[in-house]
Amino acid sequence: MTFTPAITLSDVSKIYSNGTVALKDLNLTVGEGQLVSLLGPSGCGKSTVLRMIAGLGKMTSGSIYWGNGHDQRKLAFVFQEAALMPWATVQENVYLPLKLAGITKRAAASSVAEAIELVDLQGSERCYPRELSGGMKMRVSIARALVTHPEVLLMDEPFGALDEMTRSRLNSDLLDLWNRMHWTIAFVTHNIYEAVYLSNRVVVMAARPGRVIADVVIEAPYPRTEEFRTSPLYNEYCRQISMALSHAASPQAPSLTPSEESADLFDSVA
Amino acid sequence: MSLSNPNSHTQTAPNDRNGVTQSAPVSSFQSLLSAEVIAPVVVGIVMLVIWEVGVRVTNTPPYLLPGPILVVQTLIRDWGELFPSLIITLQITIVAFMAAVVSGLLIAILFTQSKWIERSFFPYAVILQTTPIVAIAPLIILWTRQVISGESSTFVSLVICAWIVAFFPILSNTTLGLNSADHNLINLFQLYKASRWQTLLYLRLPSAMPYFLGGLRISGGLALIGAVVAEFVAGTGGTRSGLAYQILISSFNLQIPRMFAALLLTTVLGIIIFVILTLLSDFLLRNWHESAIKREN
Repeated sequence: MTFTPAITLSDVSKIYSNGTVALKDLNLTVGEGQLVSLLGPSGCGKSTVLRMIAGLGKMTSGSIYWGNGHDQRKLAFVFQEAALMPWATVQENVYLPLKLAGITKRAAASSVAEAIELVDLQGSERCYPRELSGGMKMRVSIARALVTHPEVLLMDEPFGALDEMTRSRLNSDLLDLWNRMHWTIAFVTHNIYEAVYLSNRVVVMAARPGRVIADVVIEAPYPRTEEFRTSPLYNEYCRQISMALSHAASPQAPSLTPSEESADLFDSVA
Repeated sequence: MSLSNPNSHTQTAPNDRNGVTQSAPVSSFQSLLSAEVIAPVVVGIVMLVIWEVGVRVTNTPPYLLPGPILVVQTLIRDWGELFPSLIITLQITIVAFMAAVVSGLLIAILFTQSKWIERSFFPYAVILQTTPIVAIAPLIILWTRQVISGESSTFVSLVICAWIVAFFPILSNTTLGLNSADHNLINLFQLYKASRWQTLLYLRLPSAMPYFLGGLRISGGLALIGAVVAEFVAGTGGTRSGLAYQILISSFNLQIPRMFAALLLTTVLGIIIFVILTLLSDFLLRNWHESAIKREN
């Protein structure tokens, strides 16, 4: 699969002050306009990868390159919890990034309205977060990320706390938005089905130390319908990634190089 | 509201398709009839009746324990002297409370700007809090007299004493609140390159609001207690004497009913301060904080 790199992580390591090795010599490239999922057990450093990309916290070693005129200013972050300000209405929450950029409420009004419309929350502008369901809070959180017209979207288990129905609804809505906006998305999840359904590529990670053990290209065309979720191809990808994960969980598992592993998996699909 | 009467319609009802809820209107008459209001009123009336009957049956002399009716009669009779004292105490309390709010808030903000400032100065704030005000009030009165002469000297020294007592809950609560902002939101602010000032204004201060208001409620009562205690120590009369002086002088003269009347005024003042601050807190947090939101079951 050929692509123009948007973000390249080169030999990135992160060791926390208590000695925990969160990431060790991690190499990862996210292509322009790709939707790449980082999948792995808890503690494998997948969230840390996003934080490093976002510049929240310093790397111990390694470097991150931004391709093609991108930089950190063009990115937006969606957290696992919606992380809304409880004292502010939906509208004010969505306005926040523009407010911090010094844009007046009047000048931001159309962008805010547009972002709210994109996530289908018209009519709830004046609601407070406590009045919203979990799924709606997440939509607000996504609208807040959209409002700055980012090129890169980093999503840290955004739908992890939601029920299955809400999750699959938001999954297809996200794909729909991605198709229209052409973002580059790095999506952290621990849900195999979600990863396969959404992504161009699924990067499987293992813990202690955090590293990449497989890089699986999901060769299914977009738009992906609900039928895709029940297709044999989908199930085959899920099975392979699941095997890669259990392989990684066994203590003697050797750290395969990404190319080897993905080639293996790819062969068996074909 | 766990105690709400089924007839009082205080529950909120689900509204439109977005699952938005709004409070149903509550008539003030119905809320006065709710069990929450009736229960303590009944207890109060029963206690007062027992007190009055007890005093009459045992023939207790008023200089030991006056009955509630006599206390109210004395309150009405001596209103002309007690009311100006009430105003003086109220003035001291309000000025000290305002000073405590402003200084507590500003110092808390200063503390959260640098861990080192907090580490260096917080222990001294604690010392200020733990030193008994009764013990240092004479010193404060003495020193204030060196700086300011005349009638206002006592007023200023009483304000300082009341401020010392009232200041700490605001400082410690607000400091805690300013440090309690959601970590994801702090990251978000950092991501969008928010300035220190923006983070304070749009994130830390609103996050601290419930804590600050909690401190306010404690502080309001403490300012009054500080004012009364300090005046007991000062013990000065003159035209600008407060309720504590009335209590003190009444007990010297064995005017116990009058002492009770002054005590009653002090208590009522304390309750009014508390109620006002509670209403303020509920009003400011009505849209978002759990403490101000009615439970929906």
